[in-house]
Amino acid sequence: MSPSPFMLGAVAYAPKVVTIWEGFKAWLGERGFAMDYILYSNYEVQVQAQFKGDIAFAWNSPLAWVRADRMARVRGEKVRSLVMRDTDQDLQSVLVVKADSPLKGLADLRGKAVGFGAIDSPQATLIPLDHLQHQGDLVAGRDYDARRFDVLGGKHGDHIGGERDAALAMLRGEVAASWMIAGNYQAFAQEGTLPAGGTRVLATTGLFDHCTLTVSPGVDAVVADRLGELLLSMDWNDAQVRPLLELEGLREWRVGRTSGWALLERAATEQGFYDANGGLLASGYRY
Amino acid sequence: MTQTVGCSPAAIDIEQLGFDAGAHLLVKHALAGLAVGGQLRVIGQGQGWQAQLAHWCRAQGHALAWEGETALVTRGSAQAGRWRGAAATGHADPKAHGAVHDQAEPGWGLAARGAQVEAGSPSFAFRLDRKEEVWCDNAADLYAQAVAAQWNPDTALDWAVVFTHPPEIEEAVRQVMTYMVENENAALLVPARFLGQIHPHYREMQAALAIQLADEARHIDVFTRRIRKGENEPALSTAGGQASLKTLLDEPDFSMASFLLAVQGEGSFVHLLQFLAEYGPDVLTRQMCRLAARDEARHVALGMSHLLYRLQQEPALRDRLVRAMEQRHEGLSGTAGLNEEVFDALILIGAGGLSPQQITQGFVRVQALVQDMAGGRMARLVRLGFDRTEAERLAQLHTRNFM
Repeated sequence: MSPSPFMLGAVAYAPKVVTIWEGFKAWLGERGFAMDYILYSNYEVQVQAQFKGDIAFAWNSPLAWVRADRMARVRGEKVRSLVMRDTDQDLQSVLVVKADSPLKGLADLRGKAVGFGAIDSPQATLIPLDHLQHQGDLVAGRDYDARRFDVLGGKHGDHIGGERDAALAMLRGEVAASWMIAGNYQAFAQEGTLPAGGTRVLATTGLFDHCTLTVSPGVDAVVADRLGELLLSMDWNDAQVRPLLELEGLREWRVGRTSGWALLERAATEQGFYDANGGLLASGYRY
Repeated sequence: MTQTVGCSPAAIDIEQLGFDAGAHLLVKHALAGLAVGGQLRVIGQGQGWQAQLAHWCRAQGHALAWEGETALVTRGSAQAGRWRGAAATGHADPKAHGAVHDQAEPGWGLAARGAQVEAGSPSFAFRLDRKEEVWCDNAADLYAQAVAAQWNPDTALDWAVVFTHPPEIEEAVRQVMTYMVENENAALLVPARFLGQIHPHYREMQAALAIQLADEARHIDVFTRRIRKGENEPALSTAGGQASLKTLLDEPDFSMASFLLAVQGEGSFVHLLQFLAEYGPDVLTRQMCRLAARDEARHVALGMSHLLYRLQQEPALRDRLVRAMEQRHEGLSGTAGLNEEVFDALILIGAGGLSPQQITQGFVRVQALVQDMAGGRMARLVRLGFDRTEAERLAQLHTRNFM
């Protein structure tokens, strides 16, 4: 009888998630690592499952990492950032305005409406709110009107629909500027949502990290290390592996780190999303 | 964009161009000139270009560092890695050395012949993936001839013609046209079934068959319109006629099917069309049959060319062709006699009227047609390398459907 597989949690933000984890399950299985996966509809329930012993590993959004880390600390436990994609490190979001907008800097946003993504989006809501507060002394509701474009709560902004809606609202003139992750700025131009050269970047956030494969508390370090080693060995040059990496959006895995979430840590607290113990504070958050 | 050449590392200025308007192409183009690990300096003037460049580099697997306001991009290996082990698939020009492979690989899939195909591309199950099964050297020429010879029924044919022939002759035309639609359905479906099974590596044959299908569809259309021009529905379809055509559709081997069609089916059909082009009672019938005969002659040429190519590769195929002809003849021996409706209709068309003298003339003309058909079959068999005695014997094994 084969050994019980180690369970991995992932959030089903799109149908391709099934293809991705089926692929990893098969690939790891061929190398003697029995992994199976459970899909959750949102990151909040997935993080809670990490503390019930349901899943040994979780593919976490950066915000889910922040919550898991806080929940572990308050319990005297520890979660570990095992691996990340090369595309998860040192990201930035940009505040985009129409090319002919009179806005020149953050100070010009006073009294204006600004477009954000989903309520739980690190890149299009929480870190941008933090940026405006710390770099421009601008507080939502006091200095400007924050317009949120909520799509699929609980997915922590994985679904890009909110950012696209915010971009469209900016083009229609309903908001003066909209936030999006830098990668989506280019993606929205390529798909034609943003006219080429019809917009410009007004502000850029500091660097932040994105997703991480998180080890749940109490998981044998040898097992976790083995999984980490296997993933780090995945080679883009291998034609069998490449489609899986492409689908998951990376060229190579990197060793996990915790240094890239400082902005989000601060934002999650100051913008009132989680308390210090990982409890939910945000009103109007539905998932 | 300005580019500095000659000093290391290379440098470009993307000026005001943003990554929402194609700036990545300038960086990509400059990196393409560097080896993996080579470095490129990038500067720009647009607001916020740095984060956009960082995203692009990250997504493409290039390392990025900053020296003040200058980006230092180090070319990564991902792009080169993607093309490691890529398959070479011959050449587009079929006359180039090594252009057309004897065996086309499933993993080449739908790629253009000559393209580099990324390793790990999906496998396609094309049953006809060996050159000898499908090839002939002049398929491209026959395709080009066919393209040049396409005709538009609305302008090439005189649909306004007023019929002056007697109703019994019109009735005969209706019967023959009904029969021809039935035969053209077979001539369309047989190659159509193979077309979807041919590996796209052999694109010249693919194209030649594709335009052949267009020809057959046009013939079915004009023959049907000719029937309707006489304000009628199609006439009779016999069990024996359909049984004969069914043997063509049941043949799973492309070469065998080409043989049955080219030597027997369409080869004989050309004679029938020429008969109608000469003796048809009206200009419309004569025009459409003359144009259709020209198309069908091309189809016969394609089938013959393929058979000649294949027999050169595999001389033993000749015995299998003989058996196929004999089996087809025996298999149909239990069906009804000569297709009486069509035979009589042809006599009437050859006669042009119902007087005894006219009928005699029609009968003589149809006898000549039958002889022409057998002569044509024999000539084609001789061309395929059969000796005269055997060719003569086999030429008589035509089916009761004429074809």
